[in-house]
Amino acid sequence: MASRHPHYQVLVVGGGLGGLRAAVEAHAAGRSTAVLSKVYPVRSHSGAAQGGINAALGNHPQGHDDSWERHAFDTIKGSDYLADQPRAEILARDAPERVLEMEHWGVYFSRFPDGRIAQRPFGGAGFPRTCYAADRTGHHLLHTLWEQCLKRDIPFYNEWLMTRLVTDDDRVCGVVALHIPSGELRPFSADAVIVAGGGHGRIYAKSTNAYINTGSATAAAYAAGAPLEDMEFVQFHPTTLYGTNILISEGVRGEGGYLLNVEGERFMERYAPQVMELAPRDIVARAIQTEIDAGRGFSDREGNGYVHLDVRHLGADLITTRLPGIRQIALDFAGVDPIDAPIPVQPGQHYSMGGLACDENGATPLTGLFAVGECSCISVHGANRLGGNSLLETLVFGQRAGERAAALVGDGGSARREVALAQALREETGRLEALAARRSGARQAAIRRRLHVLMTEKVGIFREAQPLSEAVAEIAELKAHYRHVMLDHRGSSFNYDLVDTLELGGMLELAEATALTALQRTECRGSHWRVDHPGRNDDAWLKHSVATYAPDGAPHVTYADVIITRYPPMARSY
Amino acid sequence: MNARYTFNVSRFDPTTGDPPRYQAYAVDVPQGMTVLEALLRIQAEQDGSLAFRYACRGAVCGSCAMVIEGQVRLACRTQVRSLEGNRITVDPLPHLPRIKDLVVDMDPFFETLRAIQPWLQPGHSEPEREHQVDPADWSEAEPYTNCILCASCHGVCPVVESDPAYLGPAALAKHYRFLADVRDVADAARVALVNDEHGVWGCDMVWNCTRVCPRGVTPTQGIGKTRARIRRAERAQRA
Repeated sequence: MASRHPHYQVLVVGGGLGGLRAAVEAHAAGRSTAVLSKVYPVRSHSGAAQGGINAALGNHPQGHDDSWERHAFDTIKGSDYLADQPRAEILARDAPERVLEMEHWGVYFSRFPDGRIAQRPFGGAGFPRTCYAADRTGHHLLHTLWEQCLKRDIPFYNEWLMTRLVTDDDRVCGVVALHIPSGELRPFSADAVIVAGGGHGRIYAKSTNAYINTGSATAAAYAAGAPLEDMEFVQFHPTTLYGTNILISEGVRGEGGYLLNVEGERFMERYAPQVMELAPRDIVARAIQTEIDAGRGFSDREGNGYVHLDVRHLGADLITTRLPGIRQIALDFAGVDPIDAPIPVQPGQHYSMGGLACDENGATPLTGLFAVGECSCISVHGANRLGGNSLLETLVFGQRAGERAAALVGDGGSARREVALAQALREETGRLEALAARRSGARQAAIRRRLHVLMTEKVGIFREAQPLSEAVAEIAELKAHYRHVMLDHRGSSFNYDLVDTLELGGMLELAEATALTALQRTECRGSHWRVDHPGRNDDAWLKHSVATYAPDGAPHVTYADVIITRYPPMARSY
Repeated sequence: MNARYTFNVSRFDPTTGDPPRYQAYAVDVPQGMTVLEALLRIQAEQDGSLAFRYACRGAVCGSCAMVIEGQVRLACRTQVRSLEGNRITVDPLPHLPRIKDLVVDMDPFFETLRAIQPWLQPGHSEPEREHQVDPADWSEAEPYTNCILCASCHGVCPVVESDPAYLGPAALAKHYRFLADVRDVADAARVALVNDEHGVWGCDMVWNCTRVCPRGVTPTQGIGKTRARIRRAERAQRA
């Protein structure tokens, strides 16, 4: 049967690091492979990552005794023992190979005087093992992988938004996507789909994430039946620029930056006396928020609090060579030169530990569907991710998912698949036509604003039953409004009102899964801090939450065992 | 304290057949608001049809280069209050085909990148570990690795305007990034890609690109260095 639409053996949705690494691998295995992205791939948020990527290379003078086993242990302890241990071991074990491969492909890693890749200390790590390219590590990795895709002539579909993942008899067979420049809806047939759409931090108001990080690909996979794991675990980065919440890298503290409150005190002494500013992110974020809430922070007229991140004692030389990007951000967005003045910082949403449940090869329970990167939950980060492990995760599991997806033998585009794709296209076309025809109802921007406020106020760093219950109820209410959402613009070309409206539907679903699992988990673990349920409770809660989509209501939440092998859960202190 | 600004935004819709026109939007601008945030507010509250690209809002993704008050800038990096007056004119990035409003077709720009084969060619025997590099040799190419492909330079280059086949400052800067990379061994083949009037010899050394780059990349300097290498190689061949 002649196909009127593209067919690929492996279709990657998302052009950030995880997606591009998976595409390179599937292409190397000889599979027809393409990347579909809602932006040009180099715009992906991977490029904003600053501080570095972990690998136990042992290049640092104090890192000779480092090993992948120690990296795995730090990752598992950092996860508050919620990580699936064999997967954290894979992450650490494959790290050197993946990092060296990126160096061979051209990444401009910073060097030690002996010519080897430089490494810096990062939070929660027993050794300095974070490799970096100044403070633009994500930029270098992303552009290098994009270059490698050009070299291989891997086709890109830029500015295509996946609106639906198509299944046939519980097996993924393609996607329907909206071509943003033209407004055309088109099916793409695929034997395997690798979802690599990044995080969904934009369900919050204060987030380091790019505006594009709405979780649209995650939501499409979720709606197609792929469950979400550990959604209650949301990382709040301790140091985001006051006001804009642009990321201020952990590398700033890794290089020796101090956190100071309004009294000029290095307050981390009271929270993590051994490691001070280099405690894991959840601990530092809570410490800063506690200082602010106790009136020991700085505050503007609106009561928006912050503390100081001071690097002046490191000197202009170090700041301009190792932290040039941070200096530029502080200058551009806060009018502060860190050489002369402290940087005002506050915690902000940064990373989603939760995501599409998948195994150590990125395979989800839906046959033919894989997930890698922040949209996935392979469960290497558990309840709290260590800095430098997210870039690493994209490469390690991008490679594995690409290899595994390439090994999957498809049916090559059966007649049944064509029927399923044609049916999905008709339904999506009908959905968009109905949306365009609606002449009354709420605007997407208004619903989105309410979502932002409630997630930030009620599902934030410090959580409690009452506000969480309110959040769950309010999201359900917003979903009801959304069913009557009305477009402001009905044009076909670059209709961002339509894009935003479609994405908002998914954001509400992801927010609901986050709030509901946060309400149900009555303990403190990693990033999830219940003020009404102090302490970690391994007897009841050493398990993953698994949320399954329900079309007409709240998700169905079940729980799954954590895979614990070599590292018995212990108290987590730093 | 908010201040009221008027944004005169150039609008264009190819489906109407009408020529571009300016549309005025009034926005209350608080301290610290960027042009990107103002455009997003217009899109959310006044006019959902307004089209422009954006992603990171932190000057690292390269999506939002446009002409603001007559100068090419990243909208996300431009504070409204830093501009003179309270009427702000916004136009699309020049030298690329316009698609809608402030959105231009980036494909011709990305084709210039593809043309210079922007990937490392490290020779046949890869080291088992990383390439050992003297940090002193590392500083030459480093500034050129910071390009975010925003095409600001492309939009201000007079040669790009007059010669559609010209590779342009971004591609030539990226080219020099590989030429100067001590790990790369493909110098002769690389030079051949740019050794003509559509390549490094096309540059009129106006330095617009260098002035406008939001990341401090200096394409003109890179082009000059590539030319110097070509001349040196030619002299060596003659000698």
